[in-house]
Amino acid sequence: MSLLELEQLDARHGLLQAVRDVSLAVEAGETLALVGANGAGKTTLLRTIAGAHRPSGGRIVFDSRDVTRLSAHERVRLGISLVPEGRRLFPELTVEENLRISAAAGRTGRWTLDEVLETFPLLAPLRHTTAKSLSGGEQQATAIARALLTNPRLLLLDEVSLGLAPIAVEGVYAALRPLFESDATVVLVEQDLSRAPSVATRVVCMLEGRLVLAGAAGELTREQVTDAYFGLARA
Amino acid sequence: MNWANAVLHGILLGGLYALLATGLSLMFGVMRIINLAHGSLALLGAYMAFLLVEHAHMSTYLALLPVLPGALVVGYVLQRTLLERSLRAGELVPLLTTFGLLIVIANLLEYAFSPDVHSLPSGRIGGASWRISSHFTLPWFDALILCIAVVVLGGLQLLLRRTQIGRELRATAADPDTAELLGVDARRVYAYATALAVATAALAGVFYAMRSAFDPFTGPTQLIYAFEAVVIGGLGSLWGTLLGGIVLGVAQTVSAQIDVQYFALGGHLVFLAVLIVRTALQAGGLRVLPRGASA
Repeated sequence: MSLLELEQLDARHGLLQAVRDVSLAVEAGETLALVGANGAGKTTLLRTIAGAHRPSGGRIVFDSRDVTRLSAHERVRLGISLVPEGRRLFPELTVEENLRISAAAGRTGRWTLDEVLETFPLLAPLRHTTAKSLSGGEQQATAIARALLTNPRLLLLDEVSLGLAPIAVEGVYAALRPLFESDATVVLVEQDLSRAPSVATRVVCMLEGRLVLAGAAGELTREQVTDAYFGLARA
Repeated sequence: MNWANAVLHGILLGGLYALLATGLSLMFGVMRIINLAHGSLALLGAYMAFLLVEHAHMSTYLALLPVLPGALVVGYVLQRTLLERSLRAGELVPLLTTFGLLIVIANLLEYAFSPDVHSLPSGRIGGASWRISSHFTLPWFDALILCIAVVVLGGLQLLLRRTQIGRELRATAADPDTAELLGVDARRVYAYATALAVATAALAGVFYAMRSAFDPFTGPTQLIYAFEAVVIGGLGSLWGTLLGGIVLGVAQTVSAQIDVQYFALGGHLVFLAVLIVRTALQAGGLRVLPRGASA
């Protein structure tokens, strides 16, 4: 039984259909990388899974339960957590206050305030700093820590490297590596085609709202991925 | 009354305006709702207390014990039924909804209580004042209201800073979609905010009714004063609201010192002056910056 199953999922932004007929199963414990060009529908797909975007068709089944009609906060309470694109911290709240909001999910488990501060040691001295005065890397670490504090069973990461300096990206991925290697279930969107297979167990590629390629990270060649990425495989 | 005494009385009066304005500021800060029915909800609290005083022969202070929890419930239900739907329909819809509510409340009160003017007994403290010198008096009741306003604002500040529900309120005010992604039920948080706002309004309404006579149409006038206090103090800032109330109160009592009929006018003029200066500063800033940047 898969942890997450998408059945013929459609999602729209007004007239634009961003996600078309996507069916996908995510197994417990795997790290799935979602790649694709800008506008391929990756962010919309993640937001639809998290409940931040209403699907226009299809079903989302999480742990054998149909969650298609549940709101975002209800899904967080079941264990789906999204680190949104652009980090979306509460700018006037301190780092610690941002982290404490996650208590609203009402889920306990491995991740506590002390535990995330240990995983992201750069945050410890910044606890009482307002989020708006953090650097990009510090903000991203806070956003990931905040999502982990909901103790998710499924973690969705949307472009955690976007807008960060290369060294900050390394820092974020170094902190995430133990998570990828643990039994956590992660779906991440990543633009960097060389990085995606190195952290993921499976790679799927989206093109114009559809899934066009899926395979184990070790088995796909770089050519296969780039062809799918740019839509050359169809021609 | 001399000038200094007028200022002192104005400061004390500011407490009442701040108390009236707190809920207005809270609802605007959290949901961007301008609640035009705020004054009418305050009056509704006064009438509920009036009912208890008249029929159950309670003291007004004792009547607050059932009235305040009642107001919390009214606020919660109001948000979950009427305002939540209005918010979903667009930014301007809550303005229309609360305007309608203002009229409905006034007419229901008139129907239930007649258009007669009433007032609530304020006990021994009501008319008492401390005569410091021949020109200087300190009315105890107004001082009590100012103290209550400070306690209410301080309590709200603590709630917002130190508690989980306070953090959730601030997070939802900043970004409701992201708060939802962390497990916050934004609509329930909104309902808590409105419950708190209506309870502070009812508290202010009861104290207003102990101080002055009221009738079913007093609400809108009080709304204007509350609104002016919020704007003078700066939108969304709690201590700013207290300052705004005090500035408004002092403007009114000092103007009344010139001529009694200038009481309300003085407050309105200060409100307009603050508004004009603030808009001029903002407009000037906006105009100068892009030009400078493009040059």
